[in-house]
Amino acid sequence: MADNLLIGEHLAKGINIEGLRKRYGEGDTAVDALKEVNMRVAPGEVVGLVGPSGSGKSTLLKCLGAVIEPTAGRMTLGEQVIYDNGWKIGDLRALRRDKIGFVFQAPYLIPFLDVTDNVALLPMLAGHPNAESRSRALALLQALDVAHRAKAMPSQLSGGEQQRVSIARALVNRPPVILADEPTAPLDSERALAVIRILNQMALQYETAIIVVTHDEKIIPTFKRIYHIRDGKTHEEAGEGRPFE
Amino acid sequence: MISLAGRDIMHAWGKFVFTGVGLGLLIGVTLTMAGVYRGMVDDAKALLDNSGADLWVVQKDTLGPYAESSSLYDDVYRSILGISGVARAANITYLTMQVREAASEGGRDVRAMVVGVVAGGPGEPGQPSYLVSGRQITRGHYEAVADIATGFQLGQRIQIRRNHYTVVGLTRRMVSSGGDPMVFIPLKDAQEAQFLKDNDAIVQQRRRTAGNPAFNRPGVPDLLSQVIASQSTNSFVNAVLVQIKPGVTAEEVAEPIRRWKRLQVYTRTQMEGILVGKLIATSAKQIGMFLVILAIVSAAIVAFIIYTLTLGKIREIAVLKLIGTKNRTIAGMIMQQAVGLGVIGFVVGKVAASFWAPIFPKYVLLEPGDAIRGFFAVMVICVLASLLAIRAALKVDPAEAIGG
Ligand SMILES: Nc1ncnc2c1ncn2[C@@H]1O[C@H](COP(=O)(O)OP(=O)(O)OP(=O)(O)O)[C@@H](O)[C@H]1O
Ligand SMILES: [Mg+2]
Repeated sequence: MADNLLIGEHLAKGINIEGLRKRYGEGDTAVDALKEVNMRVAPGEVVGLVGPSGSGKSTLLKCLGAVIEPTAGRMTLGEQVIYDNGWKIGDLRALRRDKIGFVFQAPYLIPFLDVTDNVALLPMLAGHPNAESRSRALALLQALDVAHRAKAMPSQLSGGEQQRVSIARALVNRPPVILADEPTAPLDSERALAVIRILNQMALQYETAIIVVTHDEKIIPTFKRIYHIRDGKTHEEAGEGRPFE
Repeated sequence: MISLAGRDIMHAWGKFVFTGVGLGLLIGVTLTMAGVYRGMVDDAKALLDNSGADLWVVQKDTLGPYAESSSLYDDVYRSILGISGVARAANITYLTMQVREAASEGGRDVRAMVVGVVAGGPGEPGQPSYLVSGRQITRGHYEAVADIATGFQLGQRIQIRRNHYTVVGLTRRMVSSGGDPMVFIPLKDAQEAQFLKDNDAIVQQRRRTAGNPAFNRPGVPDLLSQVIASQSTNSFVNAVLVQIKPGVTAEEVAEPIRRWKRLQVYTRTQMEGILVGKLIATSAKQIGMFLVILAIVSAAIVAFIIYTLTLGKIREIAVLKLIGTKNRTIAGMIMQQAVGLGVIGFVVGKVAASFWAPIFPKYVLLEPGDAIRGFFAVMVICVLASLLAIRAALKVDPAEAIGG
């Protein structure tokens, strides 16, 4: 399975979602959170996912992140089918660890690990030696301009610094997909734009497909493509693609 | 891979050490309870060892002289000496009572086991086997050898019943099965002490005897004084301690005494069985109950602490699961913390128990074997206690990390 994923690593990086549906509960209390979701994100692309409250954004991220099981539909990562009316992959945790990076609204760093180890933990979990994991983490922290805080504990960082560390954590295993849920909500507009800039840089550099769920008016204009979700259905739209430098 | 448990402990070491110390004091109490039991058994063995006897000859159908009272005529030992295989035999009496310092020396009183022995040297049955200072009892009256735990000094005057004794020797670790220190006095004095009544009672007794026409016959003038004289002597002892000759077994000697002298005879093994199995059995059960309750309380505390520590980390656990940490790693982290807490607790408990054991009034014997068993018990308890927390952690949904 892991071998399959490694074959043609470049191809295996886009996201493809067709006819995805998710129903919570059964009978009278059933909620159809996702009714018809179609989505495509190419490697190196950052797309926005916007929609009113309760429209199903978080539900979509959870399905794509393999933390809840969809009800029907199909999801692929490149040539790898991960869901087709049922999981096509046995070890979902390994999938999350190796193929998907998560960035949350709150950074959710592990409070008892220093900045370096918060990032290095992922390659370590994947079985890489500690030294190699740490040097990979440091390289990313450098790229994200927080290397000078590498030995600090998360509680000693500012909100923006924490968010950059959590982006480093999402990137460190070079996942083909990054899912970001309101990553800029706690940040001022300058910092919010900085985060978007970093995500775009990283998308290009590592050929990662990135989905950013947001309400944030400051960053919505930066997307070239936006998916609107309403009542569990997606509509694609061209975004302004405004420069964020 | 780094140790998640270790990092978490280092991060919150203050909280961890404090709970560890609290648990440690509890474990210290548990180890001490075990030590109290061991001390009781050891006191019982010391009593048997120090008596220097191979056989205890006591009143028929009793478990004497320690577990039940027993009385024998004080000339029985002579006929025992005639049995083949007997090297030495000596009378002995035991009486637990308050021994007072002479009023001129403070008048403090000490609970002690007063042992009546025939004058003799170390190694003879009933004699203290060694002295730390002074000498053995050599006179037939009013000398005493005391265990240093009584606090008596050489040359000090002590009072037992109405008589005063001079402490001529001090010995060590001579205790009754109850842990009371021993005071050795000459046999005759001890027999008298067991029997001696106060003056009013003696007057009363004489008046009654004189009033009894059977003892006060006109034709037999000396009868009354003879009867009164016989009433005021005590010719009983509690046991005869027997040492056997080399080359014979205790049972070989015991059997003819049982058969021909029609007395109860116990060997060393039987005596130990009586002391441990009967005399201190209830106390042992009492302590056993305590140990069980303490183990349950410790388990509950560890479980509670680990559970709360884990609940405090639910979000981190959700994140760890989301980024692909295996359940095994998460369970391992929680279990290692529980075990870490147990190790801190055990070390603190062991140190605390060693520190306070000597302060206890009775002997507390901390056996290394008990410490090792205790350590494993603590480990087992910690592992079991962590299961509750592990269950909670495994139920955490990684979707929680993403939130709504
Ligand atoms: N575990 C669940 N069980 C039942 N219904 C759920 C569950 N989670 C979400 N829903 C429902 O599914 C719908 C979509 O929820 P979702 O959390 O995906 O919305 P959202 O777009 O993320 O909203 P918001 O912007 O407020 O975060 C809502 O109607 C919600 O009530
Ligand atoms: Mg949401």
